[in-house]
Amino acid sequence: MKFQEELKNSIRKVLPELDMVIGWGKSFDPLHATPHFIRRQEDIDELVISPLSVHNLATYLPGLRGKKVGIVVKGCDSRSVIELLQENLIDRKNVTIFGFPCTGVVDQTKIKKAMGHTGNIESCDMSDTAIVIKSKDKTRSLPLSEMLADKCHSCRYPDAIISDHFVGDRIADPAPAAADYQALAAFEKLSVSERFGYWLKELDRCTRCYACRNACPLCVCRDHCAAESRDPHWLSQENNVRDKLMFQVIHAYHLAGRCTECGECQRACPVDIPVLLFKQKMNKEIRDIFHYEAGVDPEATPPLLSFKMKEENITEKVW
Amino acid sequence: MDSIKYLKSTDLKHWLEELARENSVFAPRAEGDSVIFAPFEPKQEMSIKHAPTVPPKKTVFPQSEKLVDFTYSKDPENLGRVMIEGKEILPEGTAVVFGGRPCDVRGFTMFDRVYLAEKTADIYYKTRRDNTSFITLACEKPENTCFCHWVGSSPSDTTGSDVMATPIEGGYVLEAFTERGQDLLTSRLLENGDRWILEAQEVHTIAAGSLTEAPNLSQAPQKLLDVFDNMDFWENAAAKCLSCGACTYLCPSCYCFNITDETAGMQGTRFRSWDNCMSAQFTMEASGHNPRPTKAHRLKNRIGHKFSYYPTIHNRIISCCGCGRCIKSCPVSLDIREIVLEAINYEPAAGEE
Repeated sequence: MKFQEELKNSIRKVLPELDMVIGWGKSFDPLHATPHFIRRQEDIDELVISPLSVHNLATYLPGLRGKKVGIVVKGCDSRSVIELLQENLIDRKNVTIFGFPCTGVVDQTKIKKAMGHTGNIESCDMSDTAIVIKSKDKTRSLPLSEMLADKCHSCRYPDAIISDHFVGDRIADPAPAAADYQALAAFEKLSVSERFGYWLKELDRCTRCYACRNACPLCVCRDHCAAESRDPHWLSQENNVRDKLMFQVIHAYHLAGRCTECGECQRACPVDIPVLLFKQKMNKEIRDIFHYEAGVDPEATPPLLSFKMKEENITEKVW
Repeated sequence: MDSIKYLKSTDLKHWLEELARENSVFAPRAEGDSVIFAPFEPKQEMSIKHAPTVPPKKTVFPQSEKLVDFTYSKDPENLGRVMIEGKEILPEGTAVVFGGRPCDVRGFTMFDRVYLAEKTADIYYKTRRDNTSFITLACEKPENTCFCHWVGSSPSDTTGSDVMATPIEGGYVLEAFTERGQDLLTSRLLENGDRWILEAQEVHTIAAGSLTEAPNLSQAPQKLLDVFDNMDFWENAAAKCLSCGACTYLCPSCYCFNITDETAGMQGTRFRSWDNCMSAQFTMEASGHNPRPTKAHRLKNRIGHKFSYYPTIHNRIISCCGCGRCIKSCPVSLDIREIVLEAINYEPAAGEE
């Protein structure tokens, strides 16, 4: 990325005042990046910003509370930072935010589908429009736009909304007006039994590793999570798909109006269960009822964290 | 009876169908964008070209299993006296697992040293283990997360397998390594395979040759102990870890479990389910004290267990089969190889003890 050097310089200046800066670096193969913790000046050289910078690094912030942390954010990641600030889960004075104009990140599952297999990748070259991926027996040039995560196609905030240091030129006019929830709309057309059947089938392969929960920047209950709690006893440890579904429902309800749809839950799932759909459903309801979008205004209060005597769009039952 | 057979690719389904008459057969199947082990169904396509997303661990060590059904009853003469009656639920039937990779199947041998120990054999594990056969698929093309050769194995390792199936042009060369394996190779669909054995060996040689040179891990047990108290080392290593269980639950050699009772009224069931040493609750004590309070402590334990403590008590055998799923499926691509090598190469800075 063009602004990568500018970003490194900007981090170089501030690093002495911070305990660490979290960005992305190279990983086990050319097709992956990995969160990179910069503590020493020489770590800065390994920083890489590219469409492989998929991880939402805001997930690490609540666990590092009390430390002086710098964080590099895409537009979507910055929304998680805002949400964490709103909920008082991190301290603004201790977080230094480095923003950049994001042109989208890839969906590894789409690449895997397009390539057939991604276990033996030897190189991966990015241009503005294509990813050229080489393995031992084939080279494919994939259109970047088709490999981007779904969230990138309806992204309204490619630039970090909140930042202390912004590098690169802002992307002035982001394309779509609002999340259109196409996949959700199609799903909602199914009958209740079809929808239930879909989830029973999809969630059957869940291993209950809770990567979906742990990758979520807003899952902050830690060791008090309903998933493992024995008292209250919401879920059993039985290998029962209804228990797995119950967890996803609890997760989605807990995130209603807080979730910024960064998609980390789904990306983290080792068996590719489309769990983001639950959260999109909740957010669509929140948008319709409260006209609220999570993580865009640090001063706002998420609707389910506030109380009004009279809600505009909810008609109370007259007893 | 000869123990080398040849099976045409087009007959694979029919052969598994035959085996499914007397056994539960598990085989890799695509579910969504992942490949898991599922009960074999002739009408559904198998997905066996590449290593499955999830290993066949659950076939012998289920994600959750019933151990005991129990019932409480009260003494009518003395209502304060409560009696409990339990009924052990042992697994029944035989199973054949097709399509595990050499690393996956070798993983169970890590379980065996713990759960089949002479005086403390785990009856649930032992029953399933005794009744499950493995037809393993030799790897043609290891992936870049594969490191079986680092941990004393290879893409055609037969450890733990009853039959090794090597894909060649048009079919599979099947080799039995146990009596149970020989019994699996009696179908009329199979022909003598002697004339294809060289072709199979060629596949093994090419696969082994495609791996880069493995580092020597013989120092790992001691070197990991050397950095045991170096929490800076472990905090660095664990910085990006999310403390989820993807690595553990997808690991063919992770065998830890939890036991919970689900009770309703006077009846209940005791379950055993997978547990995960990366979870904060794993070592949480009833007092509230947690001897592994941070993810750095927990990652240290996971890696120490596999590359130091286990080899120390089990004849230097590393309790990792090198399948690489913990790298490939980790949401943040944490690389266990990197950390083991860092520990081996760690040099204390001047003035540091």
